Amino acid sequence: MLHGMNQTLKSLGWAAVALLGAIAVAAVAVHRGEPINALWLVAAATCSYALAYRFYSRFIATKILILDGSRATPAERLENGRDFLVTNKWVVFGHHFAAIAGPGPLVGPVLAAQFGYLPGTMWVLAGAVFAGCVQDFIILLFSVRRDGKSLTEMAKDEIGIVGGFVAYAAVIAILIILLGVAALIVVNALKGSPWGTFTIAMTMPIALLMGVYLRRIRPGKVLEVSALGFILVLAAIWGGQYVSQSATLAPLFSFSAPTLAILIIVYGFLASALPVWLLLAPRDYLSTFVKLGTIALLALGIVALHPTLHMPALTRFVDGTGPVFAGKIFPFAFITIACGAISGFHSLISSGTTPKLIARETETRMVGYGAMMCESAVAIMAIIAACVMQPGVYFAINSPAGIVGQTPAAAAATISGWGFPVTAAEMQALAHAVGEQTLYNRTGGAPAFAVGMAHIFSRSLGGESLMALWYHFAIMFEALFILTVLDAGTRVARFMVQDALGHIYRPLGRTSWYPSTLATSALIVALWGYFLWQGVKDPLGGINSLWPLFGISNQLLATVALCVATTIIIKMHRAKYAAVTLAPLAWLVAVTFTASWHKVFDANPRVGFLAQAQALAAAPATSATGRLIFNNRLDAAVTGILVAMVTLVLLESARQWLGILRGTQAAQVREAPFVRTQLVQEEG
Amino acid sequence: MKRILFVARTVVAALREIFDEAAYARFLKRASVVSSTEAYAAFRREFEEAKVRRPKCC
Repeated sequence: MLHGMNQTLKSLGWAAVALLGAIAVAAVAVHRGEPINALWLVAAATCSYALAYRFYSRFIATKILILDGSRATPAERLENGRDFLVTNKWVVFGHHFAAIAGPGPLVGPVLAAQFGYLPGTMWVLAGAVFAGCVQDFIILLFSVRRDGKSLTEMAKDEIGIVGGFVAYAAVIAILIILLGVAALIVVNALKGSPWGTFTIAMTMPIALLMGVYLRRIRPGKVLEVSALGFILVLAAIWGGQYVSQSATLAPLFSFSAPTLAILIIVYGFLASALPVWLLLAPRDYLSTFVKLGTIALLALGIVALHPTLHMPALTRFVDGTGPVFAGKIFPFAFITIACGAISGFHSLISSGTTPKLIARETETRMVGYGAMMCESAVAIMAIIAACVMQPGVYFAINSPAGIVGQTPAAAAATISGWGFPVTAAEMQALAHAVGEQTLYNRTGGAPAFAVGMAHIFSRSLGGESLMALWYHFAIMFEALFILTVLDAGTRVARFMVQDALGHIYRPLGRTSWYPSTLATSALIVALWGYFLWQGVKDPLGGINSLWPLFGISNQLLATVALCVATTIIIKMHRAKYAAVTLAPLAWLVAVTFTASWHKVFDANPRVGFLAQAQALAAAPATSATGRLIFNNRLDAAVTGILVAMVTLVLLESARQWLGILRGTQAAQVREAPFVRTQLVQEEG
Repeated sequence: MKRILFVARTVVAALREIFDEAAYARFLKRASVVSSTEAYAAFRREFEEAKVRRPKCC
């Protein structure tokens, strides 16, 4: 009787959540005209995640993957106290979330806000629930069942040598393009900004100090020293305003975009080639500390202040003429927002450290599906931060000078002409309020996010007088986290290249052999440095061509991950449920292949690389024309190669699926043998 | 109260794991040494060998 009542109450509770979710989603989707409150987005997201986790992830766990709590995981069977370790599920959750949450879910949604708040919000919610969370969860579980194997190893084992090779090449390509784009975002955020540059420069001595403290004074007390480092960083942000106002110091920290690009390239090489763990490891900790703290603070700020969104649901730029990046909602909104909806890169984390820590198979649902939901929530916060600004201000910050005009008056007139009123005086006042010379032409998403975040924070903590401090806190937070991705990414790519070269000539694979280390570091830095330089010199701001390229490569990696997942599901005789991965796979194929086609062949020079090369060739030549034409052709070639490789994986996977379904091929999965867990027996 | 303490302990454990303090404690136990400048340097050397290979997402 009591049990029946409990069940009824639970059902009523979930029905209420579903009803509230439906009302919130409808409000977000159909509301037009007057500004909408951010809480509607928060409610839509919270209810969607709750329902998806309770019902959809449970369906996947019980019907498709058949999670088995009695099966020993590699953390238990192979425990060595280093990589393999039975770990509390909440601890693994925190660890996994800290690894997957980078700048992507903040930057992508800010850029996609040019279409309005609606497309980004809907894609983030639906993409996460039906694609991103599913990918992360399933790849994590399959890696757990294969002794923690990586995605590239699983692709090789389950799809074949082609799958393995393409996954490997896609990972390298993504890393290179990602690092180039990430560095470009930092350059655009710091150019001509003595305050921002000073703050970031200060993180180096602070990190060194933390390194000395960790090694000499209190060995291993990372949390303690990270808190200390955080206080010092806050002091550096506060001190930055005096640097920016000083006639002597300000010029020392004011750099043009090309100079900053060179500095970052040199930094990237040193970070990769030299054993500078004294600097890099503490900075990594500092970055994580700031990241987790700021995300929590932003979430609290949004819920407590529930700001109004001034950006309309849909802007006129849904037609593909947007100034931030060119291209229509389909497919470009879906490659611009990757992390936050679905990111192929996550499959590397889900098949990296995390599967080696999972204590029970049943925990993969919470860690894989749950952590991705949290990342999606971060993307929703980024959409809110971008949309709380007046649209005219948003476009003035994010539009390149090549589109809106070189002078403040021209830019304000162009943007106002689009129907988003903004004045040069208003922009000047805003720049002054945040302690910058100008906010025009700050492409890349980071400055716009920083202004949005400063806007939210300054309403509650310190008022307008602290706007500049909040803005530079946000810039420091993004730049610090991007530079950490740059360090880690360059080193990861170097090791991958060294691993591959080791098969050709053994010493090249030795990470301690300096000629190999220097050569491979130089190669990786030169590759992403090339994309960075290309972006810095691009008259359209760089982001217009590079972010879509990054989005395409990232989503193509997700395509590979979903091919692996579908192949294994079919091999497990669960073909009737294969739509769970096939549907997002089909969507991603439609999105990435269409986007790639447009980026290569579209006749609009702002969209198609080849059309832009042609337009440049037809225009009066300048000293940069030859290089710009080459860059566009190179981008077209990179896109074409990536698509061709993924097509191979798709064909190879489809051949496997058909062979298994027709019975001409054995459905043999390459799982580790079943071993009964001792953990369950001990507890039971 | 018990519940709050449990949550607080879990948060601290997660932070210790994210910030590698727990990994250092395991290293000390495994190597049967006490915390010192040399032990931490040895831990970092061993740890960096593995950590640098870990990707961080975008």
